[in-house]
Amino acid sequence: MTSPALQSDALLAARKLDVRFGGVVAADQLDIDVYPGEIHAVIGPNGAGKTTMINLLSGQIKPDNGKIVFDGAEISRLSPARRSQRGIARSFQITSIFKEMSALANIAMAVQAQDGHSFRFWRPVGADDKLLGPAQAILEQFGLGERAEILAGNLAHGEQRQLEIAMALATQPRLLLLDEPMAGMGSQDSARMVEILASLKDNYAMLLVEHDMDAVFALADRITVLVYGRAIATGSPAEIRDDKNVRDAYLGEDGAN
Amino acid sequence: MNTALVMEHVLNGFQLGMLLFLLAAGLTLILGIMDFVNLAHGSLYMVGAFFAATFTKLTGNFGLGILLAVPAVLLVGLVVEIVALRTLYARNHLDQVLATFGLVLFFNELVQIIWGPQGLVIPFPSAFDFTVTLPGGITYPAYRLLIIGMGFVVAFGLYLLVGRTRLGMLIRAGASNRDMVGALGVDIKLLFTFVFGIGAVLAGLAGMLYLPIGGAYIGMGELILINALVVIVIGGIGSIRGAFIASIIMGLIDALGRAFLEDFLNFFMTEGAAETAGPALSAMSVYILMAAILVFRPQGLFPPRSR
Repeated sequence: MTSPALQSDALLAARKLDVRFGGVVAADQLDIDVYPGEIHAVIGPNGAGKTTMINLLSGQIKPDNGKIVFDGAEISRLSPARRSQRGIARSFQITSIFKEMSALANIAMAVQAQDGHSFRFWRPVGADDKLLGPAQAILEQFGLGERAEILAGNLAHGEQRQLEIAMALATQPRLLLLDEPMAGMGSQDSARMVEILASLKDNYAMLLVEHDMDAVFALADRITVLVYGRAIATGSPAEIRDDKNVRDAYLGEDGAN
Repeated sequence: MNTALVMEHVLNGFQLGMLLFLLAAGLTLILGIMDFVNLAHGSLYMVGAFFAATFTKLTGNFGLGILLAVPAVLLVGLVVEIVALRTLYARNHLDQVLATFGLVLFFNELVQIIWGPQGLVIPFPSAFDFTVTLPGGITYPAYRLLIIGMGFVVAFGLYLLVGRTRLGMLIRAGASNRDMVGALGVDIKLLFTFVFGIGAVLAGLAGMLYLPIGGAYIGMGELILINALVVIVIGGIGSIRGAFIASIIMGLIDALGRAFLEDFLNFFMTEGAAETAGPALSAMSVYILMAAILVFRPQGLFPPRSR
């Protein structure tokens, strides 16, 4: 597959990313685009390199080769913090909230991180309306307003996943990289998450890695199929469903995965 | 055995514990947050003592000496962090141990080149050269009370910093999930440098406070570092509260063990045997405690709640 030219209207464009861990190829000439206002889902069997791809785009891993352009500027070598400041937020496959802090404090963390340059490090947190005001508003948006004072670790699993998405939004991103947001959820929680993500679609571009095919086909505008670190197909949900290569490589043999 | 004597040894235990705490607080933050094993932490303790000795001699005033030595140690700590340690955070613990052990040797040699092999002593600061009579009729050296007081002040300050400020929120969050903190847009490098700077100053301060009692000498850092490592294992890695309580426990075991274990053993064994076993047991007791903690509560007495 030849790499498409970098299109100027893509919010995020990655080209020919290579990563090897020892002998294992985790990304192999990987191309991926995310356009403003779209949900681009990435599916693939376990070990296909989906989380590696998220890590490459968010900066936890640096590519051996290749180039990542976000909003017209190359970001391939930037730290995760710098990318976050430019507007890329992510969630983690393993729920990555701060369990010993209240739900509100978790969001306040994320709000604060974005104005961290002001070096008002010593300021007390407890009564800081500049942090807590916006943080409370974001919780309300997710229907977690009443749960603000509860320790994040004591929230239900579904609420914890929602909280993590809320933290990502608190950094005021333009692009959300979501690594299996429905992982470990029952059908009710999954449905709620689909609803939340659909409602965010107008304001945020999303790259969604997910195993839950119902959710993927309900949400995605485009789907990319990843196998052994390589994008073997990209297209609309209908196209992907009918793609013979995809069926052979993935959907056919293990469609429910 | 009278109460006053016991109280005196208890206070000795507290005083030793506070010095340990100043060292262990930085060590536990660095290990807990950065997941970094820093054997060179003891070198900052030594360097702090040497700086304070030199500045005290130059200014003729111990207080001024400390005021000048604190920024000097901070500078040394920041240079070490930025030049050497930053490259090691991503490495495994063995690499970190080897590299920072190299730093220990480097600092010992450097101190010998600058200050000579003899070490330095300063005259006991006259402002603190008196004893205080405490309730219960115990007289106790004012300087040792000062160390105990300093320990409590630093512990309270760290409690406020970590528990109540924005920086503290980041420190706690960083200890529980570094990747997430980075993904939220926090400059982890800067945060680490901050934390390391705090740890360096506290370690240096401990060395400075020890200076009038025991002087500054090469190798002083290694001795106390081992005890500080035991403290953070007992207290729970990453926990300031754990380091504080474990430091006091360690100090008390050491002081009381030295003072009373022999008498205690006399109840069970012959005088000669007790005389041999007493000091040996009291030296071993902190390690026995650590071993017991590792078996029954490997996460330490007060692990940070996030772990």
